[in-house]
Amino acid sequence: MIPVSGQREGTSRMRVGGARLFTLLLLAWTTAGCGGPGERANELRFWAMGREGEVVLELVRDFERENPDVRVRVQQIPWSAAHEKLLTAHVGRSTPDVAQLGNTWIAEFVALGALEPLDAWEARSPEIDSSAYFAGIWETNLIDGVLYGIPWYVDTRVLFYRKDIVERAGWREIPSTWDEWRDLMGAIKRSLGEDRFAVFLPTNEPAQPILFGLQAGSPLLWENATRAAFSRPEFLRAFRFYVDLFRDGLAPPVSNTEIANLYQEFERGYFAMYITGPWNLGEFRRRLPADFEDKWATAPLPGPDQDHPGLSLAGGASLVLFRDSKRKEEAWRLVRFLSRPEAQVRFYRLSGDLPARREAWEAPELASDARVLAFREQLERVVPQPKIPEWEEISMRLRDRAEEAIRGARDLESVLETLDREVDRILEKRRWLLDRRARASGEEEIEKP
Amino acid sequence: MSGVLERRQARAAWFFLAPALALIGFFFFLPILAGFVLSLTDFDIYAIGSPEIARFVGARNYAQVLHEREFWNALQNTIYFVVVGGPLSVLASLGAALLLSARLVRLKGLFRTAYFAPVVTTLVAVAIVWRYLYHPRYGFLNYALGALGVGPVDWLGDPRWAMPAIILLAVWKNFGYNMLILTAGLQSIPEELYEAAEVDGAGAWRRFRSITLPGLAPTFLFVGVITMIGYFQLFAEPYVMTQGGPLRSTTSVMLLMYEEGFRWWRMGKASAIAFLLFAIVLAGTLVQLRMRREAR
Repeated sequence: MIPVSGQREGTSRMRVGGARLFTLLLLAWTTAGCGGPGERANELRFWAMGREGEVVLELVRDFERENPDVRVRVQQIPWSAAHEKLLTAHVGRSTPDVAQLGNTWIAEFVALGALEPLDAWEARSPEIDSSAYFAGIWETNLIDGVLYGIPWYVDTRVLFYRKDIVERAGWREIPSTWDEWRDLMGAIKRSLGEDRFAVFLPTNEPAQPILFGLQAGSPLLWENATRAAFSRPEFLRAFRFYVDLFRDGLAPPVSNTEIANLYQEFERGYFAMYITGPWNLGEFRRRLPADFEDKWATAPLPGPDQDHPGLSLAGGASLVLFRDSKRKEEAWRLVRFLSRPEAQVRFYRLSGDLPARREAWEAPELASDARVLAFREQLERVVPQPKIPEWEEISMRLRDRAEEAIRGARDLESVLETLDREVDRILEKRRWLLDRRARASGEEEIEKP
Repeated sequence: MSGVLERRQARAAWFFLAPALALIGFFFFLPILAGFVLSLTDFDIYAIGSPEIARFVGARNYAQVLHEREFWNALQNTIYFVVVGGPLSVLASLGAALLLSARLVRLKGLFRTAYFAPVVTTLVAVAIVWRYLYHPRYGFLNYALGALGVGPVDWLGDPRWAMPAIILLAVWKNFGYNMLILTAGLQSIPEELYEAAEVDGAGAWRRFRSITLPGLAPTFLFVGVITMIGYFQLFAEPYVMTQGGPLRSTTSVMLLMYEEGFRWWRMGKASAIAFLLFAIVLAGTLVQLRMRREAR
């Protein structure tokens, strides 16, 4: 599906764009209705991504033992191909019965009409209840108040830091406010010298400016997520904090790809702090030398003011049912099985993914690990990013403008005004749709803008 | 010939052509037409869910694309790639073809295969290896430059160097193909011309200018047009190596189209970009043809 550059095929490749796009759609439609090959009665199709797809097999076998009438076929899909595959499956009407879905993708698949609303199912299963989950994480599964996913595992970002460097700079722990945090960074920078940095914030990731913005109280988008709110004072404050870290030399203006080996650089002290997620707990442990174990730690994020911890992003993956599925009953049984606290703990042991259910966190391996506990504390203070299909694109625009501000000298107000204009243009269709829906439901006559 | 026979022959011709024409029409012209219609709508992710949401917007996609900085930036990058990379690639091919046709060279088959090998290797694998070569601190290229006393270059991380790095890779990857075509062109120049010129006392340079170049002219035109068309569709190299960064300095028109279409699912706008690119490539081809005609 990836249009390869027709370097050599000459004229026949000239309209590769239009032709490819449409043949894709045509193909997808002509194959509509064909189920997967070798489909058997009562076989549940479960799509899981990346490493989760491998380790979940063990849990699935237990599920089958408990439910002899159901066979589960787990299909492992690499993360890099997952999004496209799900979309084409939807267009080709060959979606699975149940799947793991990154919770930032839910809005998009709801817009497509691909997902089954889960409120009725949830109401019938008392053990699945919003209070058993972290509020911010549960919230990511609600689109316009309707539940579409059950949290499976959670991701959020906390601060990974070098204990020894922080101590050498004269601090015993990570402070709780931005001002103190900046002081700490200044002290670290002075003790490390010119070519080393206090914090690494990859310029090709939008996550950092987004979470600083959320911490400062910016809604990012407003008016029912139809307008950009980046040039408003809340976001401006966060953006200034973020960009100044680079302009003042506390963070290196480099992207992820420019750091050859993150773990090596962390060990060498090229940077002392790094905002990242639980996937790096295992990586840091594995890749750093054994005598390094007591030199690094994790901490919840500082906040702009006294509210500690500062907000972080509600990430992770949910389990969703597809509207076209003919085995929703069985699929829901699998979701319930995977949501049991003991299944969640086992899943953590197998994959290192942090459990979505609070009860699972009482398991000793989670409750006694100081580094994991920083996540536990942070998870009480997480919020979703705007839940609209356009968000990923908007976040990329934000990243581009932020990179421009970091590498250039433009004043931040005008950068954010440009960003707002771009984002408002992206949201035009959404404004039109909501407008149309409002008119159709006849609740009130809304003037066309 | 009688009219009846002619008509009968024509009918037979149509009969034999029909399957091919039907295929071409269905898989070729129909999609183009559909793509064009698509480019006049705002077909997007919402419309995949419920097609009635797609609006007919006329030329708005085109106007919007032409108004966006992103497009002009992508076009600028692409033209940079075509204008610098294209001639470089053709020159490299010509050089290699001349070397390989020199009488003194041994093992021609081996060299020809070696030079052609990059053309048939998978670009993704090649790009990954080149990413190692380009690595700012541990890459071979900077190691070699360091030995010459030149400071390290952040090939793929620096917006000024990323496109030259892509060009270098593309030229290396592609020159073998044009080399083969030019070799064929060289072989079609009669040997007697060279012999006669030598007898007349023409030196190597004179022979090259007065025999080789004019003799290669039609091949050059072909190679030039094909290379330009191919280079305008720059996609896989930046897609694999840089994802269009840093600072979008390697985002080509094709990559922009791919992002619009398959990342953000704005099919209408992506189709509009495709047709704009088509218009640009067509214009470029016409200019080349005109230049050739005037040169004659």
